[in-house]
Amino acid sequence: MTTTPSKLQKMIASGNFAVTSEVGPPRSADGQVIEHKAKLIKDYVDAINVTDNQTSVCRLCSLAACIKLKLMGLEPVLQMVTRDRNRIALQSDILGAASFGINNILCLTGDHQHFGDHANCANVFDLDSTQLAMTVRMMRDEGKLLGGHEFEVRPQMFIGAAANPFAGPNVELRAARLGKKVAAGVQFVQTQCIYNMDTFKTFMKICVDRGLTEKCAILAGITPMKNVGMARYMQKRVPGIDVPDAIIKRMAGVPKEKQAEEGINLAVEQIEELKEVPGIKGFHIMAIEWEEKVPEIVERTGLYPRPQLNGG
Amino acid sequence: MIKAVPKPLEEIIGRVQDSNKVLIAGCDGCVTVCEAGGMKEAKILASALRLYYTQAGKQAQVDETSLTRQCEKEYLAQLSDKIDGYDAVVSLACGVGVQYLAEMYDNKIVYPGVDTCFLGVNEERGLYSERCQACGKCILADTGGVCPIARCSKRMLNGPCGGSEAGKCEINPDIPCGWQLIYERLKTLGQLDRFEKPVEPKDWKTSRDGGPRKIVREDLRI
Repeated sequence: MTTTPSKLQKMIASGNFAVTSEVGPPRSADGQVIEHKAKLIKDYVDAINVTDNQTSVCRLCSLAACIKLKLMGLEPVLQMVTRDRNRIALQSDILGAASFGINNILCLTGDHQHFGDHANCANVFDLDSTQLAMTVRMMRDEGKLLGGHEFEVRPQMFIGAAANPFAGPNVELRAARLGKKVAAGVQFVQTQCIYNMDTFKTFMKICVDRGLTEKCAILAGITPMKNVGMARYMQKRVPGIDVPDAIIKRMAGVPKEKQAEEGINLAVEQIEELKEVPGIKGFHIMAIEWEEKVPEIVERTGLYPRPQLNGG
Repeated sequence: MIKAVPKPLEEIIGRVQDSNKVLIAGCDGCVTVCEAGGMKEAKILASALRLYYTQAGKQAQVDETSLTRQCEKEYLAQLSDKIDGYDAVVSLACGVGVQYLAEMYDNKIVYPGVDTCFLGVNEERGLYSERCQACGKCILADTGGVCPIARCSKRMLNGPCGGSEAGKCEINPDIPCGWQLIYERLKTLGQLDRFEKPVEPKDWKTSRDGGPRKIVREDLRI
């Protein structure tokens, strides 16, 4: 596996559980939002993802926000979707990111624009997530663009992608697809948020059996539920998320004012359970517009303080 | 075949309301099959326009005809002796036919009477769905005969995406997930190994991205 200056890669290689989280940029030019959210979580995570116009809603760009994090001395993970940019723009942004010392990229295809605030726009999809990973690997390991141009100063990217064990048609295909991404150069994945433990464990077993966990670090996705309404919404409305009825029942079983606390308890229990699952290398905590809860989750699961590595 | 739907009558009226002599030109090709622009539809539209002119108290003549195909000069030439007598032509052919008609009779106002939608199949009468985006480099041999470019909403070549659920696409539960169809077909054919190999970035030059396309078949040209 190609070694990069990525602190996330170092943490994974150290054998400690890695912890990542994310910040969603604002729908305005207010860069302070990024700083504020990052400050809430920075001491509790090894790297911070910045989402790229998530759910196809136009926001302050991921690259600019990642540069801001880098200038704050933090470790950003540049999320990049292929929906909005062709291979010229994607490679150009990767070179730009690398010029600021950004060393982590998450290669995504992106939600269809149908979900967002510009449903009438044209999409691009010149590449898909797997092809974006191949492209980054070529740029990094061969010093070459897709067009054939060769260059000296290469982007030192730790290459990541998403994995969703819960989407269709079945968990075997989902593991096979992760295998495809790994073959394309993906070194770490952050999974879709996990609520169905049985399905997730089956997925992990297949990944271990296929040898994927040797080549690729799997970070388990955790999203704490704020209330039963959010749980129901995710169960019914969000494609690719599997919320078992037992979780709805549990959230509904506590008084409204206690539901947020119950959601955090559930996230903590999930992490504790997942620590025991072979192949898990860390956790990706997506506390959507609830960043202030990340420290509590990290502390309660014994993942704080974050280990300090040499040069980290 | 090319699939199209009739434009709303109000839109066509908005175009021809000030014309005195209108020719509705149907096409006996694809648009006849999908019942959007053949002789039958030309007659229906002509009747509707006559009714409009009468009710609006306007004197106007509306005639209808249909050509074997509007994408060939030989058939378009059949209009040459009468087209000068009309202020405007409403072509019910696909966008190809509308343009070729306008190209051949360059001093004539030609309005489209249908919205051209896609290359697709007749699933049932009145139910058509897309199958091909004419990318110019067919990959169906590798994808179990199901096209991910036409049938995946994100035209992914390494799908399915994480939004595929219960065999349906994330953008609409009425749309089958193209990659699930590919997976199932490959499984049936015993070719799942094809799924495991990452597909390289596609060369889109042969698609629309290469600019307006042209085929020159020297073997067919005299």
